[in-house]
Amino acid sequence: MTPLAKLLEAALFASARPIPVDELAALDNDASDADINSALQEIRAHYDDEGHGVELVEIGGGWQILTRAEYTEAIERAQLAARPQRLSAAALETLAIIAYRQPIGRIEVEEIRGVNVGSVLKSLHERGLIDVVGRAEGLGRPLLYGTTPLFLEHFALRHLEELPRADELAIALRHTPVQVADAPPSEAEKAESSP
Amino acid sequence: MTSVNPEMPVTPPPSGYVPGARGAQAQDGDTSFIVELSAYSGPLDLLLALIRDEKVDIYDIPIARVAEQFLVRIRTLGLNDAADYLEMAARLLRIKAQLLLPRGDADEWEDPRAELVRRLLEYQQMREIVDVMERRADERRNQFARAYLPDEPAPPQAPLALSLSELLSAVDRVLRSVYEPNMHDVVARALDIPAAIQAIRSLLALKARLRWTDVVDNDAPPWQVLSALLGLLELARLGELRVAQPRPFANVEISRDPSDPASEAA
Repeated sequence: MTPLAKLLEAALFASARPIPVDELAALDNDASDADINSALQEIRAHYDDEGHGVELVEIGGGWQILTRAEYTEAIERAQLAARPQRLSAAALETLAIIAYRQPIGRIEVEEIRGVNVGSVLKSLHERGLIDVVGRAEGLGRPLLYGTTPLFLEHFALRHLEELPRADELAIALRHTPVQVADAPPSEAEKAESSP
Repeated sequence: MTSVNPEMPVTPPPSGYVPGARGAQAQDGDTSFIVELSAYSGPLDLLLALIRDEKVDIYDIPIARVAEQFLVRIRTLGLNDAADYLEMAARLLRIKAQLLLPRGDADEWEDPRAELVRRLLEYQQMREIVDVMERRADERRNQFARAYLPDEPAPPQAPLALSLSELLSAVDRVLRSVYEPNMHDVVARALDIPAAIQAIRSLLALKARLRWTDVVDNDAPPWQVLSALLGLLELARLGELRVAQPRPFANVEISRDPSDPASEAA
């Protein structure tokens, strides 16, 4: 490997969190972003081609060395590391809404989920997956929430744009009410509704 | 499907998502960090499950039937967050009532179910996103990063804002609180055993039997007590007197004659 690739490898090994490219560039004043990127590709190819137990992954707005998935079971069995707990359905729903609609207040999240989300927001905030990013105008100036870099890490995303675009989904998430039925209800509905 | 707006893309519900399924997982010991006690993550989840189970068209929901089923499910499930579900139940009943009202102009008539359908579609789409996110989180869970995390940097100290008089009074307070050490000399005071022996002998000359309290005053200084004790033991060793204590912590009895029957008995 080139000296720059070795330097980056050492820095990536020393860090527990993904390192953004601009921070990697600070390791060597002579290296351009292109140099950094080619060195990163070199490390990645090195790990892949020579069959290393770790791989270099672009995640959470930066680069990180991670163990390969096939060794997870053995590592966990030996109690050397433990997989983080899965998020509950309530937490995932809340995160999904915040990810797409940030900055967003508690009331708006509750409107979409149809339930109270106060305690879920608190848990997500404590886990560092969301943060307060501002306050809305208006009555009470409610807190607005957004996702954090840790959110990207948790969901193996390089950036937020990597989430499926709303129009790629089967049903688009709309801000304006969907026009449902211009016509009166169907015959079945009428028959049922009539006293 | 008569009532579907032609602009609205009609798509089957996403295959991956089954309403209520995830909540049920959480019940059988899934390691979710927010424990969900109910099988549904909310009233909209329950409603979508009903629409699926009853095989009805989401754009033409038979409100009366669904509302009835909704109430039955709430009752049988014993849901914890009853308030959220009851609000939805009330909404369903209100829509049902609105549908029963006579309609005026057909052009101006607005389907009271429209808002509910919009919310259901929005919710269903969000569940689709959740599926994508959950898949990715599961992939990431299977990879470990380095575990070392540097300590959080300590928050910088707030700059000290203080007036001169406050500073001086603080110094004064500290100086006043400093404890003035009480210096004194320790004087070694030798025991005077011969004098104590003499005193005991003269007492025994007057009385055949003594008590410890006769030998030493209650408020005698320690050196006198120790002198008397050592003198007493010395006299006992010489056979000039006998020392006895009838029971633990009782007054020590001192007798002149070693053959005294009282001291023998003790």
